[in-house]
Amino acid sequence: MPRYFTEDHEWIEVDGDTATIGITDYAQGQLGDIVFVEVPAVGTQLAKGKEAAVVESVKAASDVFAPVSGTVSEGNAALEDEPALVNSAPEGDGWFFKLTITDAGELDGLMDEAKYKAFVASL
Amino acid sequence: MNAPNSSGWKPGTPEAPEGASGIETVTGNRGLMLEEPLIFEIGGSDTCGVDLPEPSRDTNRLGGLARSEPLGLPGLSEPETVRHYTRLSRQNYAIDCGIFPLGSCTMKHNPRLNEKVARMPGFADLHPLQPESTVQGALGVIDELAHWLITLTGMHSVAMSPKAGAHGELCGILCIRAALEARGDARSVILVPESAHGTNPATAAFAGYAVENIPATAEGRVDLPALKARLGPDVAALMITNPNTCGLFEREMKAISDAVHAAGALVYCDGANFNAIVGRVRPGDLGVDAMHINLHKTFSTPHGGGGPGSGPVVLSEALAPFAPLPFVRAVEGGFELIEEEDGVAAAPQSFGRMTAFHGQMGMFTRALAYILSHGIDGLRQVSGDAVLNANYLLRSLDDVLDAPFGGTGPCMHEALFSDEGFADGVATLDVAKALIDEGFHPMTMYFPLVVHGAMLVEPTECESKATLDQFILALRSIAERAKAGDQSLHQAPRLAPRRRLDETLAARQPVLTYEG
Amino acid sequence: MRYLPLTDADRSAMLDVIGAKSIDELFADVSRESYLTGPIEGLPPHASEMAVERYMAALAAQNLSAGEAPFFLGAGAYRHHVPASVDHLIQRGEFLTSYTPYQPEIAQGTLQMLFEFQTQVARLFGCAVANASMYDGSTACWEAIAMAGRVTKRGKALLSSGLHPHYVSTAKTMARFNGDIVEYTEPTLTADTDFTALSGAVDGETGCVVVQYPDILGRIGDMTQLAEACHAAGALLVAVVTEPVALGALKSPGEMGADIVVGEGQALGVGLQFGGPYLGLFAIRDPKHVRQMPGRLCGETVDAEGKRGFVLTLSTREQHIRREKATSNICTNSGLCALAFSIHLTLLGEKGLRALAAENHRLACRAADRLAKVPGVEVLNESFFNEFTITVPVESRPLVRDLADKGVLAGVSLGRLYPDGDRRENGIIMAVTETVTSEDIEALASALEEALA
Repeated sequence: MPRYFTEDHEWIEVDGDTATIGITDYAQGQLGDIVFVEVPAVGTQLAKGKEAAVVESVKAASDVFAPVSGTVSEGNAALEDEPALVNSAPEGDGWFFKLTITDAGELDGLMDEAKYKAFVASL
Repeated sequence: MNAPNSSGWKPGTPEAPEGASGIETVTGNRGLMLEEPLIFEIGGSDTCGVDLPEPSRDTNRLGGLARSEPLGLPGLSEPETVRHYTRLSRQNYAIDCGIFPLGSCTMKHNPRLNEKVARMPGFADLHPLQPESTVQGALGVIDELAHWLITLTGMHSVAMSPKAGAHGELCGILCIRAALEARGDARSVILVPESAHGTNPATAAFAGYAVENIPATAEGRVDLPALKARLGPDVAALMITNPNTCGLFEREMKAISDAVHAAGALVYCDGANFNAIVGRVRPGDLGVDAMHINLHKTFSTPHGGGGPGSGPVVLSEALAPFAPLPFVRAVEGGFELIEEEDGVAAAPQSFGRMTAFHGQMGMFTRALAYILSHGIDGLRQVSGDAVLNANYLLRSLDDVLDAPFGGTGPCMHEALFSDEGFADGVATLDVAKALIDEGFHPMTMYFPLVVHGAMLVEPTECESKATLDQFILALRSIAERAKAGDQSLHQAPRLAPRRRLDETLAARQPVLTYEG
Repeated sequence: MRYLPLTDADRSAMLDVIGAKSIDELFADVSRESYLTGPIEGLPPHASEMAVERYMAALAAQNLSAGEAPFFLGAGAYRHHVPASVDHLIQRGEFLTSYTPYQPEIAQGTLQMLFEFQTQVARLFGCAVANASMYDGSTACWEAIAMAGRVTKRGKALLSSGLHPHYVSTAKTMARFNGDIVEYTEPTLTADTDFTALSGAVDGETGCVVVQYPDILGRIGDMTQLAEACHAAGALLVAVVTEPVALGALKSPGEMGADIVVGEGQALGVGLQFGGPYLGLFAIRDPKHVRQMPGRLCGETVDAEGKRGFVLTLSTREQHIRREKATSNICTNSGLCALAFSIHLTLLGEKGLRALAAENHRLACRAADRLAKVPGVEVLNESFFNEFTITVPVESRPLVRDLADKGVLAGVSLGRLYPDGDRRENGIIMAVTETVTSEDIEALASALEEALA
């Protein structure tokens, strides 16, 4: 399944018209110990680039933006009790939410893994 | 810079083994450092430190809602109570113990005369709704303090009721909003310099405005061309801090105000740092329309472990009619309190009430006693000595610590350093915690946000040269260790009542009440 | 000057290190036309401690303090006996002159106290979590309305007519600027609260209903059914307690289903102080809403050696991190007043608070019975704790002022709180605490008899 990345350090994995979204390993490393994640409610309509979720460490709160537009189909309930999953498995069990993509064309502007690695290296 | 140490205090790098002193005791106490359980672990439901009559059950007009469940509140006898809180108090650092150089917080000495005055029954034992004829002296205190605040700032009037600095910010912004609405000029944006204290954007948002940041120049001041470029008919106000959060005076303040006014907007000044300029600069001369004054900073009312504060707001003539209720007015032979009962005609444009009653009277009496003690000559010396002490720290440390704006001239009342030059793996936090082991309260860390690893040191005018020299000696030593990459700094503090606390655990699994 | 340690020799030596000739030179960034070179005219010079004390004492002497007269004022501020040890302990410099506990290793005293305070408030209110205090009851009430808006995403608040009018004004001021809708009517002088009417008024747009318990007229209403009505409509019930001593005798709001319980903590430990500083109490029944709470929170954790300790936590809600997205702009709270409250409540404990509440109620019943015998006086309340409302056949504002001139501080006239008439101008709210003696009650009754004769 193709996986894309954004300059805001989100990853998005696409399976048909469903996308799974989380934050990258680089992002979790920058944030430090994650203590709380607020994921959007099922049914929420998200517009590309708008605030979708919130991730908090002890001293910082960061917005997670929707990489593409869509309707939220599932939030990761496991993060409620175990936000540390974002630290231990940011690009696996620490996913944030799934959505049904409105416009697959919006994926075109996103980075692939190689490009994202180069982007991070340039920071 | 190793100044003579007249106190006899011997500096040194502690080489304490793990576990602080390395000595275990049965009780967990270490000499004068006493462990203290929670009241819920030592109190009882049948223990009481107050003598009261046995409750009688013959009268009950409680509407059928008499309590049947126990409260679960433990009691202690008076000696146990005194001991519990005395022991707790000894786990705190305080200004009474030593220098407390928290930048932007202004921890200055709290004179005990002020405590005595505030406790006079004629002030402390007054009900806020007593008839005016019985509280003329209290209204007189408010009026006299107001006169000082207006005169010291060169402003037109003052709203006394705000409960603290952030409440004062809200008051000022609401005055601005009411004034703009009164002239039929709805505006939607408040501009805030990126170095601003977090209360500024939070206040603007609470008052219904969108917040936009204005960048700083390389010299740590507001970027005037960038500000001018952003000003427009949608901008309601600029919220600016002067002296700013980098401890610098905004040299172009008048030009900034003129530009804001030319665009039809107003200038709110965060007066958190007024202590640096009191008696020397009047914000009213610089075009400020509203400014709160933290009585607990500039005028030494005690911080009390996080409040209460008091945040009167001085206002320009344009904003004065919109000030909140209630307020004190001098009349023939005395004072009156203008409040709701006086009707709309008494204050037709007031934006309303921000709080019950009339403000922080207990802080007004303290602040007035402080102001009268110093007088205008003393207040000038206060700002002068505060700035002198900060510059002395800056110049005594800028060879070992990076001072990002040290090259731009003198600082005001606080010296700003960054973590530039620290070895990898050593952070501002480590330096702060090492200061604890040296017996000092650390400086403000990681604020302002515009400087990496910021350390903002505000000594205040209340520190002697000997104290400053001792602090400089300790901070120099720690800075050198930080630059050399001394990883033992991560262990600090070793000698405080507690080692570093696990804040991640506290946030992940919040335990906010006792559940024993 | 006695508060300034630097000598002229120190100043000169320090200027040498800095490389400046004078202190004025350190203000070089201030434009010369804005810089004052001498003292501002018309303001007096410094004064000795003795002189200032004498001056302030003279101002204090112009006031009639509560302890000097039979005293019956309440309406949101109550006079109780504060044990001497409370004031002694809060004046310990380690509490009085410390700051918000940003460095927890050297602030465990304040932090443990706050943890104990939070627990005491939560238990008193029948709630799960309480914060480390707000400015006062009125601002805590406003913050509760704002929090209910965040939780329910609805901007309409229904305020009970029995809510303290200053609290109503504060909420209306804030609503005027943030677009919330606040619905409120002034109280009618009946024996019943408006809780039943409020139950019928809750609809799908209501974010919260705000009631006071006991209310401004001293009436005690059961909020159980109102809570059910709120919850059925997806709204929150906010209960306001301005006299926490009442909860030593009454069911807690949390027990009856209130979702947010706020209050004025002044009655315990703090004293009257002409209206401030006071102590805002803020608690919630369901801990899942904790991230929507305003204000500082203290939590338990461990240190690097595994010892129990306390820290400020969940700070990402607050302005210093979240800036314009914070739950509140509050920074300073009312820490020292929270300490006074907590110490007083520790001295009382379960047994003492119940006994104190019982004594207040007993004296209030006695006063109500005595005043009911004064010709022309009617007691409005069927239920009350330590405060009730009477009506008199004359306008009450001038009556209360006249009685003050005769040395009796006889309650709060409703006309002062509600200037718009509707029979309220005949009402007086009377508070009777343990500080009131039998002689005080008799003095009040006699003064009223004389004035109304």
